Amino acid sequence: MLKSMLARLHQGHRTMAYPGAPPPALPERFRGRPLIDASRCPEGCRECVRACPTAAIAFDGQLRVDLGKCLFCTECSDACPAGAIGHGADYRLATRARGDLALAAGEPLRLAQALERKTLGLFGRSLKLRQVSAGGCNGCESDVNVLTTIGWDLGRFGIQFVASPRHADGLLLTGCVTGNMTLALEKAYAAVAPPKIVIAVGACAISGGPYAGHPQQRDGGTELLPIDLFIPGCPPHPLTILDGLLRLLDRLPPERSATG
Amino acid sequence: MSETLSPFTPLYNGEATDYEGLRPIPQEIFFSTILAGVERGMRVASYFGLAPTAGAPTGLIAILADDTGARLWLGRTVIAGARFPSLTPSCAQLHLFEREIAEQTGLIPDGHPWLKPVRYALPLAGGGAAASREGRKPPAIGVTEFFRVEGEEVHEVGVGPIHAGVIEPGHFRFQCHGEHVFHLEISLGYQHRGIEEALPGGPHPITARQMETVAGDTSIGHGWAYVQNLEALGGLRVSPRAQVIRGIALELERLANHTGDLGALAGDVGYLPTQSFCGRLRGDFLNMTALICGNRFGRDLLTPGGVRFDVDAAMAEELSRRLEAASRDVTEAVELLWQTPSVLARFENIGTVSFEQCLEVGLVGPVARACGVERDVRSDHPFGIYQFTTIPPVTAHYGDVNSRAYVRWLEMQRSIGFLRERLASLAAGTAPRAEAVPPQRGAGPLAPGRLACALIEGWRGEICHVALTDGAGRFLRYKITDPSFHNWFGLALALRDQQISDFPICNKSFNLSYCGHDL
Repeated sequence: MLKSMLARLHQGHRTMAYPGAPPPALPERFRGRPLIDASRCPEGCRECVRACPTAAIAFDGQLRVDLGKCLFCTECSDACPAGAIGHGADYRLATRARGDLALAAGEPLRLAQALERKTLGLFGRSLKLRQVSAGGCNGCESDVNVLTTIGWDLGRFGIQFVASPRHADGLLLTGCVTGNMTLALEKAYAAVAPPKIVIAVGACAISGGPYAGHPQQRDGGTELLPIDLFIPGCPPHPLTILDGLLRLLDRLPPERSATG
Repeated sequence: MSETLSPFTPLYNGEATDYEGLRPIPQEIFFSTILAGVERGMRVASYFGLAPTAGAPTGLIAILADDTGARLWLGRTVIAGARFPSLTPSCAQLHLFEREIAEQTGLIPDGHPWLKPVRYALPLAGGGAAASREGRKPPAIGVTEFFRVEGEEVHEVGVGPIHAGVIEPGHFRFQCHGEHVFHLEISLGYQHRGIEEALPGGPHPITARQMETVAGDTSIGHGWAYVQNLEALGGLRVSPRAQVIRGIALELERLANHTGDLGALAGDVGYLPTQSFCGRLRGDFLNMTALICGNRFGRDLLTPGGVRFDVDAAMAEELSRRLEAASRDVTEAVELLWQTPSVLARFENIGTVSFEQCLEVGLVGPVARACGVERDVRSDHPFGIYQFTTIPPVTAHYGDVNSRAYVRWLEMQRSIGFLRERLASLAAGTAPRAEAVPPQRGAGPLAPGRLACALIEGWRGEICHVALTDGAGRFLRYKITDPSFHNWFGLALALRDQQISDFPICNKSFNLSYCGHDL
């Protein structure tokens, strides 16, 4: 008993001050929001488009990165002969619309807006989520789980993961939605009482991620469920997930809630 | 003198061998050799069928691991008809392998006592009559003949596929008498996303990313097995410096997951201090991996021929500093468990798997070591840095929840010791200086008609990848065996004669992968 109290004293208070204070520092090599400097692109060069393993980069007159497909790997930056493409340090990636994730060179990302007034009134200070992993690799699941540990303490925002969809206000989906999980996912969604929301976390849930196109899965939940929040990444950093959730619930202080 | 297993062909971990010239062994001799090998204490590391092609017989490949002789034994046979004799009745560790062969090739293992779907998937594409995919739908998930105990007072409890926590899906069925569990049947396949089906004709541009997400909490383990196969087939050498960095990443992965597991076990018995401390500390280890490569799970660190990111002296010093802080805190957090009678009362004598059962069903990793079985790829079939620096395996004795928890803690201490030394050598500049980051991405052309086998000791145990190339140097077949494939049945055994309320701690003490099993 005494030892556990001493340990408690020694381990200290560890819940981060964010969002009241700046977020914890991310490592120098962290790969956040993709950055394209089109002015450095050699004429007619499409090396990054060719190199991207998920076809997240397209050229339609200008280069465009689909954050919903991006695995945040280094294939594009390695392939680029001019250092024109890479990943920046910005961890803020969540959007409300699937289309907003397709980002042209130099275009600002339309970060997630808060829920509509009425839903926000219901969920803004208390949001219970049922998490469903439907083909997830335990990467997204792990970094969602991390938010419930003492460092992040999701509970202080009134957000909680619950066991039954009947107790939930919405689903948090991870995974590419395998054929074998489709029915269970549909049943879980049906079991949540309306009004309800769906949050897709990770490239798999948004687009199928590395498994897009496999006949054993559904390229994520986009065709199956009405998704209210898209949080890209493979897996998204816990800070990216938390930023998305807090934007949705309008819980970020003004100095951190800029949407550009 | 190490034993031979004629007519099987010897092979070392990380090596490629001639496949085209590997003569098929007559069926009867092939099967009797597997049984003889297991009888002599070898293990089945991999056993799988090739996709049948129209009119041609189906090939079966077995790889046995001789842990004392540090060698693998490879055998190949062909099955002309639609059936082959099941060895499961006399060799229990084959039971899931044979079910998998049946599901993937359509061949029937005659006499298999428990022939049910593994992943509820279609057979591999190939065009053989027994296994045609044309116009077929996979079997409905979870619809099978479950084992039932009959009796007026017996009842059945079904759990999943969706479980209570933030966790992957799977279905569990308990046959109970009150709280008492007679039997647990585990039915998986919900996470099946077609990884092996997509690999013939590869490697594809997306393959490396899929390998890192076979089990996303084991990105380094599975990623390493994959690049090791590419290196064997492509004739690539890995610089000693890159091997050091790979070893650091693998041990950080082990530390993060073991820390998380010990915290979760504490949480499951309501001991909150260790749960809280370890929840945070797990992140400290993940963040060390992120310092090296930018991603907490080590994504995109490994590349054929080396690593994508070097660790310079300053980074090594920073990692050492963080390691010491985390090591001090995690020691305090975990030691609390062994000093708290209420924790020990819940851990001890719960979910016991015996030494004999462990050998019989072929368990691997910390789960096997908790039963007193000294089995660790790092020392039995050394690869990479472990060829030069050994991490002696640690064991516990009782095979219960407490042993599985304690063995993790012992392993963590060894991993911390290993990291301490490696990081010091990088910081002091005494580590090998040769380039860690190869100039080119990718493995280049792979040798045609060869077979490579990679064993890696991931944090859950032995990861086995077998790659076969065709005449053009593309994958003919790529077989993945996650340690969970061996160990799920161990969980079923652990639950026998336990209380159903002990399931969560038993499950957590195994912490097996659903996606690694389902592929």
